[in-house]
Amino acid sequence: MNAAIEVTDTTVRYGDVLALDNVNLSLPPGRVCGLLGTNGSGKSTLFKTVLGLVPADHGRIRILGHTNTQARRKGLLGYVPQSEQVDWAFPVRVRDVVMMGRYGHMSARRRPRPADHQALTHALERTHLSDLADRQIGALSGGQRKRAFIARAIAQNAQVLLLDEPFAGVDKRSEEHIVELLRQLGAEGHTLLVSTHDLAQVPDLCDQALLLQRRVIAHGHPAHVLHPDNLMQAFGTHTDQEARAWTC
Amino acid sequence: MDMLTTATEWFTIPWSFAFIQRALLVSVVAGVVCAVLSCWMTLIGWSLMGDAVSHAVLPGVVLSYMFGLPFAAGALAFGAGSVALIGVVNRTSRVKEDAVIGVVFTAMFALGLVLISRVPSQTDLGHILFGNVLGVSDTDIWQILLLGAAVLIVIWYKHRDLTLYAFDPVHAHAMGINPRLLETLLLGLLSVTVVVALQAVGIVLVVAMVIIPGATAYLLTDRFEHMLLISSAVAVAAAVTGVFTSFHLNVSTGGAIVLAQATAFALAYLFSPRQGVLFKGRIARRRRARTPGH
Repeated sequence: MNAAIEVTDTTVRYGDVLALDNVNLSLPPGRVCGLLGTNGSGKSTLFKTVLGLVPADHGRIRILGHTNTQARRKGLLGYVPQSEQVDWAFPVRVRDVVMMGRYGHMSARRRPRPADHQALTHALERTHLSDLADRQIGALSGGQRKRAFIARAIAQNAQVLLLDEPFAGVDKRSEEHIVELLRQLGAEGHTLLVSTHDLAQVPDLCDQALLLQRRVIAHGHPAHVLHPDNLMQAFGTHTDQEARAWTC
Repeated sequence: MDMLTTATEWFTIPWSFAFIQRALLVSVVAGVVCAVLSCWMTLIGWSLMGDAVSHAVLPGVVLSYMFGLPFAAGALAFGAGSVALIGVVNRTSRVKEDAVIGVVFTAMFALGLVLISRVPSQTDLGHILFGNVLGVSDTDIWQILLLGAAVLIVIWYKHRDLTLYAFDPVHAHAMGINPRLLETLLLGLLSVTVVVALQAVGIVLVVAMVIIPGATAYLLTDRFEHMLLISSAVAVAAAVTGVFTSFHLNVSTGGAIVLAQATAFALAYLFSPRQGVLFKGRIARRRRARTPGH
């Protein structure tokens, strides 16, 4: 069986800066994997490389056995951006954003058909956004905004989801809601790679964790990955105490 | 009764002149085409790009007159060529995009000025720079109608993809929809639209037509569909007001149209129910008054 995400010997450089150093990663389908690391550890670069936005110097990326160009054309890849990357004042409604997830399934004019409307309704219900569907996207709370983008990936029926900091700026209750939703998606066979700063969240959410500091420091069961020795390597002594506090 | 007559005559007297009717047709058509495109321009933040494309067409217009071609042919070639040149220099050098735009469009504009000073012809620099909507020929009108219709048809067909590109190009990419193709399409539409608007307001003021209506509408609504309607309405009202005012006051038509658009923007800026600065101030004051401790 093909791995959902397979990254082999992948190195990425921005000019002279080494962003990813010989990264290897193999993620079976149906897993939720937490991607951990400091700012500048290469988390965003790894996402961009998997999405095919940044070319790798060398290495190989496969998504469910396909190159990323094939995977994108087949609509296998879903993407939930960081809040900072979204123009929240853009005049689109929640339903418009979620419907954009369907564009890959539509003809060139992107005119929704009944199946697309069904997928939209379904995605809004699963994320509890049905009542807010006609709101402008910026008129949502932090947690609702994240759910809107997760709904877009659900509408797309993306098999592999990349979520960039889905818990940033989200209150505790919404966070629990999102964790539950992501766990369900994993249980249904979707594969999720979730970058997060919130180490406390990892054991609840993830089957696996990957600790990145340009290279892979640890990958495996969250309890193993969150071992203080690993965290010290990734986060340095500065946050070591914090890291210990989280894992205790 | 007298006032009513005066008001009616304000419209009917200019309307009796054929050249005013033609000017109105051109201004309204160009205004609406620009206004529709301006909704995407405003949201993406491409006003400098609009300025660049419009200035860069000057050598193309001059060469067209030299060789007796329709002005649109040369203008399109230079508009699209400059956009491509900006893209190439941007990708292959470390210079930032806005600097590249600044270099390319001023260089093209300078080339146009040099050409026009050496070419003995009837082309009037003033007409190209500031528009000559009161003197458009039949050929000009046909070119404007055809190109304008082409732009609107392409936008109608691809508007959902264009909005996707403006909102989240990374998501477009992730779904296998090429954002660079959509960007190229939008730049192509911008080039053609600039050519459509040249006759109405001239090279220097074209950028106003592809930005102000969209920016005005953006202050008034949170719905993209409504933005398209409001910006088109602003453009039509400004075209009519501009053409008639310029007749009565004997002032530049292009200038009057753009001033009318700017007035609409100023009104929206001040009085928009949700975004207007006056109301925002009032809402903030009311909130402060309600907050304990103030």
